[in-house]
Amino acid sequence: MKSMRPERMVKLAVKNLSQYKLRAGLTMLGIIFGVCSVVAMLSVGEGANREIQEKIQRMGSQNILIKSVKIPQEGSGGGSNFRAIASYGLKYEDAEQMSRFVPNLAASTPMKVLHFDTRFKERRLQTDVIATTPWYLRVQRYRLMRGRFLTNTDMNFGSPVCVIGSRLARILFSGFDPIGQSLIIDKDAYTVVGIVGDIAQGELPSAGELWLDGENQNVYIPLRTYLQKRGDLFIQWNEGGSVLEQIELHELILTVDKQEHVVRAVDAVRRILQKNHSKEDYSIIVPLELIRQARETRRLFNIVLGSIAAISLIVGGIGIMNIMLATVSERTREIGIRRALGARRRDIVLQFLMETLILSISGGVIGLVLGAVIPLAISYFANVRTALTVPAFVVAFTVSVSVSVVFGIYPARRAAMMDPIEALRHE
Amino acid sequence: MVPIVELKNAVKEYENGPLRVRALRGVDLRIDPGEYAVIMGASGCGKSTLLNLLGCLDHLSEGDYLLGGDNISKLSDDELSEIRSRRIGFIFQSYNLIPQLNILENIEVPLFYQGIPEREARERAIELAERMGLSERLKHKPMELSGGQQQRVAIARSLVTDPILMLADEPTGNLDSKTGHEILELIDDLNAEGKTIVMVTHDDEVAHRAQRVVRVFDGEIVSNEWKGAPKQ
Repeated sequence: MKSMRPERMVKLAVKNLSQYKLRAGLTMLGIIFGVCSVVAMLSVGEGANREIQEKIQRMGSQNILIKSVKIPQEGSGGGSNFRAIASYGLKYEDAEQMSRFVPNLAASTPMKVLHFDTRFKERRLQTDVIATTPWYLRVQRYRLMRGRFLTNTDMNFGSPVCVIGSRLARILFSGFDPIGQSLIIDKDAYTVVGIVGDIAQGELPSAGELWLDGENQNVYIPLRTYLQKRGDLFIQWNEGGSVLEQIELHELILTVDKQEHVVRAVDAVRRILQKNHSKEDYSIIVPLELIRQARETRRLFNIVLGSIAAISLIVGGIGIMNIMLATVSERTREIGIRRALGARRRDIVLQFLMETLILSISGGVIGLVLGAVIPLAISYFANVRTALTVPAFVVAFTVSVSVSVVFGIYPARRAAMMDPIEALRHE
Repeated sequence: MVPIVELKNAVKEYENGPLRVRALRGVDLRIDPGEYAVIMGASGCGKSTLLNLLGCLDHLSEGDYLLGGDNISKLSDDELSEIRSRRIGFIFQSYNLIPQLNILENIEVPLFYQGIPEREARERAIELAERMGLSERLKHKPMELSGGQQQRVAIARSLVTDPILMLADEPTGNLDSKTGHEILELIDDLNAEGKTIVMVTHDDEVAHRAQRVVRVFDGEIVSNEWKGAPKQ
């Protein structure tokens, strides 16, 4: 005996569902919210993930970052009048030893990160001035927009040249071609030789916050030049007054030739610093470790999201089961009639499963659409990065449909197992 | 001549809690093609059980049931469904139409389960609906029709698969006498065309129309009167 054709089963199911529009709509709502929340959660999670990953990735998985850290000095006289020289942080000697003893080292980029008043003609801007070496560009993966970056010749001769960030070029030099102009950095004149691009999101942590986002208004000058002009002492202004500080290097970026060698290099760095420093006036940041941590965090995040998603989908499924049970008991007589007219148990199961399937598929589709719109809205209004991924859609949809079908089987079977005689007597 | 119905020592027992109820206690019944038989009896006498058995909605506890010459007493649920689909037409007291389907769709239901193509099913349904005088109402829902019209739909539905046996359970029970007469005349016509009809009723007047009256009492057939030869 042939069965009802699929397209007619679909038609019949749609017809039956349209009898109970409100009920069908409410049932679908459970699935809509389930699917939509799964997609939205996965998208927000994936967006956050990517952002962190990119930030870390951009720090360079082959890099090791060492920063000077000021540690509170006990018994330093307390009074603001007392002018002690606060000396801490990385030394040239550290850099020197690392270049010599850290295995597989490809490059070492020392940095002084200073805050100065800069001036072009009558325009002034307080900004970060980074005294460093030519390698800096490579390590930071900046885009050189015009001119050139610092060179070894600049280093060797201590040339008074500087490279400026694109934002600084725009603000301070508007109406002028910056290249060849003279930029006054705290009374010293430097000739602008190049412009580098904006700092992309997730740039290498600089002296300020760990994650410095935004446009580049830094000034880059040769380390040698700065040392010749100023030396290592500088005055740090704070609420209490001024403190004379002596820091040789604010940051040091070590680049290892291969990722696999990072761990060994870090060990060597740690040994050297521990030997040279009595206090821990430095911090070591290893992007590779951060990447690993991020992966671990992501795994955890996924488990949490997955559980929430699973719960919401199961709740949707239970909603379906509930409604289908109500529908089946309401339509007991119809089931009896159909059985009397020749429907097999299988036909009844299929009929109710088809209704469940249509509910869940249409709910799922609406959920997917909403799930795609919500992350976009979040990105737009809350400026949070989100990432819609195909797997999120596929997972949310297939899981919701299969959950619904699983939860639809029981009511459908219950309908099919009814005794037709009893069912026909049902009022 | 192969009988349409042949019950041999048919026994039906129900488990009712700890009790065993014998609804049929060894019934023998033979109905030939073209017969119009009425089953009568007080409520609880077993006539509904008998009708359910004849309609393949239930299994015999003992004995055999031959429908159109085939023994169907041992068939599976699926096989019985197919027998119902192909060989039996039901007419119920309360019409038993499916409320969300329109008239044509209701008539087509049995064909769905036979996998008859939609167009063919639609043609047959229209033809029968017209014959039942329902041409104006094809797209109406059952609730929009009078009782008599609903029963006509049910009759059309029972005819659509061209069954060998039509079973009617108090088909006029919910109708006023005038409409009831019309339905009974319709059934007479069907019988005149050669349909084999078994009808359950407790209305003597209705019973007069049949050629044969089978009286059931306490699970047994107590009388079996022929009033004339079956029309061929």
